[in-house]
Amino acid sequence: MAVVEVRGLRKEFGDVTAVDGVDLQSEEGEFLVLLGPSGCGKTTLLRMIAGLEQPTEGEIMLGGEDVSGLPPRARRIAMVFQSYALYPHMTVANNIAFPLKAQGMDPEERTKKVEWAAGLFGIERLLQRRPRQLSGGERQRVALARALVREPTVFLLDEPLSNLDAKLRAAARDDLMEFQRRIGITTIYVTHDQVEAMGMGDRIAVMNHGKVRQLGTPEEVYHHPADVFVAQFLGSPPMNLLETPTYVFGFRPEQFLPEGIAESEGTRVPFTFHVNRIEYLGSERYLYGYIREYDETRVIAMLPATVTLPIAIDQDHKFSVAKDQLRFFDFDDGHKIAQQTLMR
Amino acid sequence: MTTTTATKQRYLGDNPRFLAGLFMSPAVLYIIALVGFPFVLAIIYAFTDISTGNPELEFVGWATFRRVLADPVFREALWNTFLFAVIANVMVVVLATALAEILVRDFKGKWLVRFLVLLPWVAPVSLATITWLWTLDSIFSPIDWVLRQLGLITENMYWLGQPGTAMTSVIAVQTWRIVPLAAVIVMAGLIAIPSDITDAVAVDGAGFWRRMFQVTIPLLAPIIAVAVLFGLILTISDMSVVYVLTRGGPTNSTQVLSTWAFIKGIEGGALAQGAAVALFLLPVLIAITAIVLRLARRREVM
Amino acid sequence: MTWGDTDIQTLQRQADRRRQWGRFGLYAGAILFAFLAAFPFSWALISMFKQSNDLYVKENNPFWFNEAPTLEHMRLLFLDTNYLTFITNTIFVGLVVTAITLLIALPAAYALARLRLRWGERLGIAIFLVYLIPPTLLFIPMTRVITSLGLQESLWSLILVYPTITIPISAWLLMGFFKGIPMDLEEQAMVDGHSRIGAIARVVLPLMFPGIIAVTVFAFTLASHEFIYALAFNKSSAVKTIATGVPTELIRGDVFFWQSLQGAVILIAIPIALIFNAFLDRFIKGFTMGAVKG
Repeated sequence: MAVVEVRGLRKEFGDVTAVDGVDLQSEEGEFLVLLGPSGCGKTTLLRMIAGLEQPTEGEIMLGGEDVSGLPPRARRIAMVFQSYALYPHMTVANNIAFPLKAQGMDPEERTKKVEWAAGLFGIERLLQRRPRQLSGGERQRVALARALVREPTVFLLDEPLSNLDAKLRAAARDDLMEFQRRIGITTIYVTHDQVEAMGMGDRIAVMNHGKVRQLGTPEEVYHHPADVFVAQFLGSPPMNLLETPTYVFGFRPEQFLPEGIAESEGTRVPFTFHVNRIEYLGSERYLYGYIREYDETRVIAMLPATVTLPIAIDQDHKFSVAKDQLRFFDFDDGHKIAQQTLMR
Repeated sequence: MTTTTATKQRYLGDNPRFLAGLFMSPAVLYIIALVGFPFVLAIIYAFTDISTGNPELEFVGWATFRRVLADPVFREALWNTFLFAVIANVMVVVLATALAEILVRDFKGKWLVRFLVLLPWVAPVSLATITWLWTLDSIFSPIDWVLRQLGLITENMYWLGQPGTAMTSVIAVQTWRIVPLAAVIVMAGLIAIPSDITDAVAVDGAGFWRRMFQVTIPLLAPIIAVAVLFGLILTISDMSVVYVLTRGGPTNSTQVLSTWAFIKGIEGGALAQGAAVALFLLPVLIAITAIVLRLARRREVM
Repeated sequence: MTWGDTDIQTLQRQADRRRQWGRFGLYAGAILFAFLAAFPFSWALISMFKQSNDLYVKENNPFWFNEAPTLEHMRLLFLDTNYLTFITNTIFVGLVVTAITLLIALPAAYALARLRLRWGERLGIAIFLVYLIPPTLLFIPMTRVITSLGLQESLWSLILVYPTITIPISAWLLMGFFKGIPMDLEEQAMVDGHSRIGAIARVVLPLMFPGIIAVTVFAFTLASHEFIYALAFNKSSAVKTIATGVPTELIRGDVFFWQSLQGAVILIAIPIALIFNAFLDRFIKGFTMGAVKG
């Protein structure tokens, strides 16, 4: 049984369609990431699941029950906001106890629960502090403890790492992952950061213009993008896309290697790569240029530092891509199509 | 869809539309009952000849307005109101802008200066005006004493006893009272000017006056418009200063519409005429509000 | 381009001089404004302690105690006049008006700030405009309304009418304060198990304390300032506020009890000014929040 299921969900704000017919099912205990650029409707989708927005159309099922029209408090969900939304006028202990008080739990049991939740996140010593006295990482832990203490059926997270600085973010990500694995609670996580999405998600729903463009494991969405949007949104630098008169094909920069480096020459497709500029980034080298016959389109190759072959700029080089690494898309609608023979 | 209605009723406390109605209606009802209704009543009164002696609502068409207009005191009051508002507000704008420029800076004793400067506004109007009543006393005025010591006058000025000086005094006191409020409004605007603009101007090497006229005042124009809005409404409608200082005298030379409406309508019992006089303020106030708000909106501040 | 040492020194000297003149102008302006603003009050402050045979001598220096200062007129003020009644009346009116204003303006401001009303912005401006309708336009019919309700010669007449002035401006102010509270907090409380009303009561209202203080200060300011309605509705001394009581009761016919009168003014004006000063910055903030984020 799906823990969260949405069917034909739409949301319009005036003439703007924020969410445009989304069908989605999460599996028990999975970490599902909603990934997309800002304005793609991912946060609106999450807020509808939480009950903070009313859908214009469509159904939301939680644990097999239709919850459309129910307010947030009747949905047995927990949500962590981007800002963490800790109540500034309450101590950490009271913040964590807040959802329990709302349930009418008696004080003794409440204290026990708060201590248990605080223990999970190692924040027992912070219980008497106020939110403004906490660091960013501590705030996140308090927010998570508060979300967890009610033992919700679903955990909704709205970009919870984006307020942390880069160093803290890596640690917080580990914490979050570890905690989710341990509790095994179904989690829906909204982010615009593909590194977070790839690293944390069991599955990723890539969204754009209010629609889910692809739903799959990180490997699937990265290596087998459903359309040109997904191909270009994921990966840094993104997939190289080249147009032929009848279709579009593409390949990842790290698959584009100089001849002689790659093995099994026979199954590879050769290209003449004119290199304009080289960036050394330590662990890898970015080569910027274009492929003869597709002069208008910029192409990037990414060579790991282990490839020490010297490459001169403003010259043609022989490069190739493994045949099974080429991806093909429909010229008109950009959707994935079957393997084509490359026309020359 | 019975379930939907059921859930809706169960969760009335969450329905934004229901809550909006619930939350707005007390305010709206209060305002309608105690502003809207008396307002309509004021208009109705002006077309009757109701008075405290004759409380019947008998419609007389424009007769009350004609009687009011024919009264020379009314015409005097209308002219005075205009004079009063224009002169006082020109002075208020100039002084308030200067004062605001001073108050946003840091200097020693700023707290005391701010306290003293705000006194005229925060002290109750009628009480603040009493201090002037005493300061402008016909015999014991300390201003006259200083002028006498300097040999500038031999006889007292009788500030409030002669038409010219009485009008000057009334305008001066009203200006004195409104400048602090206007300065606070302008100050809010000055604080809101992004510091990178001021920094950029300073780096460009502009002097005080160029900075004032080319940057500060154009940026402040909308907020000054708001200050003028308050200033105009106060000078046109508030009667406390005139009432306490002169009661419109001597011989109606400082009479304004608001005091005249009060003296006619409440003290004289001619309710219809009082209401008609007060209604003359309405088109003026609407026009001022519309113009100033439009100005302010165009500058995208309100 | 290189500058000689002398050039730089001249420039620096010029800049220093300009800065010094700027400081001088600043202090001169500040002192001038403070003097003009405070002058009549300082005269009142001296007068209230003067003996009559000092004050009422035309040639005596008015800024100096030519006779020993006295508290006699303050005694007269507190014991032989209704001054204390006026003060308690004002405080009573201020308290009840504060309560009514908060009860009505808080929900309205919340709705305007948060509930995404379709006509929200227009209603906000309309409410602000109501504040601009002066009592002068309304006091004549209002007097009739008060009389027909039987509230004339009673403090309840003022209590009923003053909220028409405080509600609009308070709603505008509180709107700014509501917008200053993150929406997330409220939604979090709703996710954490409360209805919208519950979330408002438990999370939003406790954070509105500064706004509530601002409204209280405003209501008290109005109760002590308002003149026209107070003059029109209440004529007996027992139900006057300081704004009408002091000028009408302490001036008896042509006899002015000047020292007591000035004392009455000073003893009210100074505390009010002190309180107002303490909250001024917050007022400016609240006001601009309402305007800018509106």
